[in-house]
Amino acid sequence: METILLFAPLVGALLCGFGWKIIGETAAMWVATGLLFLSAILSWIVFLTFDPSLHEGGHYTVSILRWIESGTLSTDWAIRMDRLTAIMLIVITTVSSLVHLYSFGYMDHDPQWREGETYKPRFFAYLSFFTFAMLMLVTADNLVQMFFGWEGVGVASYLLIGFYYRKPTANAAAIKAFVVNRVGDFGFALGIFALFFLVDSINLSDIFAAAPTLAETQVTFLWTSWNAAELVAFLLFIGAMGKSAQLILHTWLPDAMEGPTPVSALIHAATMVTAGVFLVCRMSPIMEFAPNATMFITILGASTAFFAATVGLVQTDIKRVIAYSTCSQLGYMFVAAGVGMYSAAMFHLLTHAFFKAMLFLGAGSVIHAMHHEQDMMNYGALRKKIPYTFWAMMIGTLAITGVGVPVWIATLGEIPIGFAGFHSKDAIVESAYAAGTGYGFWLLVIAALFTSFYSWRLMFLTFYGEARGDKHTHEHAHESPMVMLIPLGVLAIGAIFSGMVFYKSFFGHVDTVGKFYGIPYAEASEHGEAKADSHGEDSHGEAKAEDSHGEDKAHGKEGEHHYAFAGQPGEGALYIAPDNTLLDDAHKVPYWVKTSPFAAMLLGFIVAYWFYIVNPAIPGKLAENQRPLYLFLKNKWYFDELYDAIFVKPALGVGRLFWRRGDGNVIDGTINGVALGIIPFFTRLAGRAQSGYIFTYAFWMVVGIACLITWMTIGGGVE
Amino acid sequence: MIQADLNVILPEIALSVFAMAALIFAVYTSKDKLAPTLVWVSAAVLVAVAAFIGLNGSGENIAFGGMFVDDAFSRFAKIVILLSAAAVLVMSQEYMQRRDLLRFEYPVLIVLASVGMMMMVSAGDLMALYMGLELQSLSLYVVASLRRDSVKSTEAGLKYFVLGALSSGLLLYGASLVYGYAGTTLFSGIIQTATEEDISLGLLFGLIFVISGLAFKVSAVPFHMWTPDVYEGSPTPVTAFFATAPKVAAMGLFARVLHDAFGGAVPDWSQVVALLSVLSMFLGAVAAIGQTNIKRLMAYSSIAHMGYALMGLAAGTAFGVQAMLVYMAIYVTMNVGTFAFILMMERDGQPVTDIGALRMYSKREPGKALAMLILLFSLAGVPPMLGFFGKFYVLQAAYQADLIWLAVAGVVASVIGAFYYLRIVFYMYFGEDTGEDLDTGGNPVLSGFLMASAAIMVVGIVNMFGVEGAAEAAAAVLVN
Repeated sequence: METILLFAPLVGALLCGFGWKIIGETAAMWVATGLLFLSAILSWIVFLTFDPSLHEGGHYTVSILRWIESGTLSTDWAIRMDRLTAIMLIVITTVSSLVHLYSFGYMDHDPQWREGETYKPRFFAYLSFFTFAMLMLVTADNLVQMFFGWEGVGVASYLLIGFYYRKPTANAAAIKAFVVNRVGDFGFALGIFALFFLVDSINLSDIFAAAPTLAETQVTFLWTSWNAAELVAFLLFIGAMGKSAQLILHTWLPDAMEGPTPVSALIHAATMVTAGVFLVCRMSPIMEFAPNATMFITILGASTAFFAATVGLVQTDIKRVIAYSTCSQLGYMFVAAGVGMYSAAMFHLLTHAFFKAMLFLGAGSVIHAMHHEQDMMNYGALRKKIPYTFWAMMIGTLAITGVGVPVWIATLGEIPIGFAGFHSKDAIVESAYAAGTGYGFWLLVIAALFTSFYSWRLMFLTFYGEARGDKHTHEHAHESPMVMLIPLGVLAIGAIFSGMVFYKSFFGHVDTVGKFYGIPYAEASEHGEAKADSHGEDSHGEAKAEDSHGEDKAHGKEGEHHYAFAGQPGEGALYIAPDNTLLDDAHKVPYWVKTSPFAAMLLGFIVAYWFYIVNPAIPGKLAENQRPLYLFLKNKWYFDELYDAIFVKPALGVGRLFWRRGDGNVIDGTINGVALGIIPFFTRLAGRAQSGYIFTYAFWMVVGIACLITWMTIGGGVE
Repeated sequence: MIQADLNVILPEIALSVFAMAALIFAVYTSKDKLAPTLVWVSAAVLVAVAAFIGLNGSGENIAFGGMFVDDAFSRFAKIVILLSAAAVLVMSQEYMQRRDLLRFEYPVLIVLASVGMMMMVSAGDLMALYMGLELQSLSLYVVASLRRDSVKSTEAGLKYFVLGALSSGLLLYGASLVYGYAGTTLFSGIIQTATEEDISLGLLFGLIFVISGLAFKVSAVPFHMWTPDVYEGSPTPVTAFFATAPKVAAMGLFARVLHDAFGGAVPDWSQVVALLSVLSMFLGAVAAIGQTNIKRLMAYSSIAHMGYALMGLAAGTAFGVQAMLVYMAIYVTMNVGTFAFILMMERDGQPVTDIGALRMYSKREPGKALAMLILLFSLAGVPPMLGFFGKFYVLQAAYQADLIWLAVAGVVASVIGAFYYLRIVFYMYFGEDTGEDLDTGGNPVLSGFLMASAAIMVVGIVNMFGVEGAAEAAAAVLVN
């Protein structure tokens, strides 16, 4: 079953990409889509039936073929199936299959192409290929296979961003995405090399088992001695930074919006960009031993969340707003992973995939309705024209801004009530506070405020107020076809309920989370005794039992048993060190902390309402008054200009030097000179020497022997 | 005693007797009418003798007091010589008959030349060497001017004869110097005198003259001038013969003299041979660029190829000799195929030698064009083909003998030389169609040789039919 769901998209891509001439355009597209739906159904079956307790170490492996065998490097092509993989499977295949379906409507009659040109099978083939590569990435049981998938999604992303290859901006964006990702991939590759160098294996199981040893190893890199675990964690995170568009390497993501909107929804919101988060969670056994590297992750994630949110405030292109929002939300996930709450990071990854894909697809629906107009300044009052899209976007906005009922008002049992983003975002904010990183906590709260503002700004500018821009376009605005609305509906269900349904599994207590991921945990009674449960072969629970003792009364209302994680690295999908009690701590943060994201959300909504509904003149005035700040944000903190000056221009200069002087003058000049000047000269000379007269020939023979004799007399005689 | 000696030279005796018998028989019966039959019979006899040598010969047999040596080296060379001579004979039959060139003396002369060549590679004495050389040369002078009514053919024969006489003179002068300083004409005697420590200048002079005489036979620069003119002027089948068997024989003789007689003075002759090699490679590559006549082009091509073979010899090691032998075997195979193609180049029954006539040849004869492409790639030394491995062998030999400059020069020359081979490919596949097409079809025997030769260039990559092993054994006997 795992093999089928893995290879169905590949088969689809091949059939659709190469076979459409035989089976026809529409049939090819349906084949690709059908196979993806099959893959999605199988993924859900795997996800729901997967029980980590049935398998040793919480995972099992499906071997596909022997892949690389070279010296001590020996690797299977295999599927490592654990909870982490299962989560990614449903995210990828669900969103991908819905995006396939959606594309039937969105890609129809694309104005980028001339009448009679065939482009849709190519698009579907790329989408399916991307899905396959992404599945390869998440199912990998060794780092090289993961790198294969990692590069595969990079290629697919490149192809899809540059899908409108007649548009120079699209080509530029595709190249930018590829090049910036190269920087990150270089770090990832170095990380893999380092691991192979240190562990002598690239299989995840071996690496995880060696994690504690790594923490005590020193390694020299760049003339400096490093802690091995820190170095590896840091290098791997550089790879994650590139793929997940974190600060410094984020510049490609907004430009990637040049691709068709379904691509943005699938690759640049729901799946590929979260690969970095997945990588950090997957490598949790290493991360847990690298406190400095994870601190760096936390700080960078928080900074990204804040930075992207500020830029999102002033963008007018509807897709760019959502792109910066994605960048910002990825920052949230990295904060969670950085502080050690991998589960919360995965939680946000899951919910974000639903609501962000929906926002993108909704935006696509708006763009489709408005004849590929993307500037929000030309929207307005579309609520009545495209009601279904409006409601979908509304649900998405409620989810991303984190609307819900604060826990001190009402809960559903132990589960808070609210939209998906409410649970996962609050989980991250609470974890950040509990981890004691004030920097992360406050930046995330401010980012939540901004998120709320720009999301509502988007809603108000698009659907409320006066109709702006081209009148003709507004008159012809129409609701999208059913193939585009059905995916929105399905995703809406996810955006509303996924938070509540999975709350306990991702962010419940140690026992529920442990069971979900297959992490062994030990029972710690009120009296501080540690008792191993069925899972905890080696009880490490004792270490933390004391600490929880004092807090029990505050939290454990019913005085029930407490648990602590007690796994070894490699047992279970995540490794959470026994002294990492963040999950418990996060639930015990003060109520003001738990309410702060809600308050930020409310404030953002009120400001947006005031700015864009009550008094629409304010934003313009504000921009006028605070012009430098406005331009700073509008130009994305001048990152692109900075990079252009530091990297692009000098690189182009060096390239031009090598091209004009080095290649053109020196290499071509030499070759051409030799081939066109010197050799023909000798050819003519040889031709002239061949006079046809016997005496010339005889003369040359005599000259030859005379020379040889002379040479021998001088050279050989001395000897 | 004499009985044992005769046993050793049995193949040579058999061939000589056959040649004379055939001559007398043809003279007294139907003369030229018998020629086609005689060609086939001679070819069969040559192949039979080659088979006899291959299957029967073993060990090292010395006859006539060391004047004649029959060892693995000579057997390897003899088999290559005999088989290529037979192949060329068979290829020429139809061509010459159609142009009324087929005299019954032709096969007889070829057989006699073969005997001379066998003598050359088996020589253990300067006298025997000269005898073999002259027997071969005299036959070739006549064959070159076979077309008596053609000015060019006569001119070719005459030029070859005059310059050949000059080279023989050089060789004899060298031989007399060697005899004078060594006191013997036997190789086994010379090698005891010509050791590295105290080789006298006179002996060195003698060596240089002998080398010059032999260089003429392999057409190494600067003793190559006769080659283009003779190749162009002779009837094409004769050119094909010139390009194959005599080259192997002369190379074999070269190796034998240098190692058997002067094996103790390797550094002395190594530099001379290296110089000849590098000059030949470059001149062959550069001068061929200006040629539009495919026969002249092949003449320069063979000069360049001899340069590569000499590179193996210049290494002065057993591996060098092995590389040279392998190179020669591959070279002969390639040339047989290429000349089979050239023999088929005709328009309205008239032979064409201009390479411009091949424009867009691939459209009309895709199979032959492909075979020719493989052969030309192989001649140029383009990697997947067998020709590349031949070059690789000699380059490796030169490299191992610390002649790195020579190996580098060889690579550079092969890059330059690739131009004119690839130009023919370009004409065949991309040139503009001039409308002056070559005749299609052609003799099945020639097509067969072309295809077989091309096939060997491809199949040989996988398995060289034991040539490598035989060459290694041959080289081991010669160098010790």
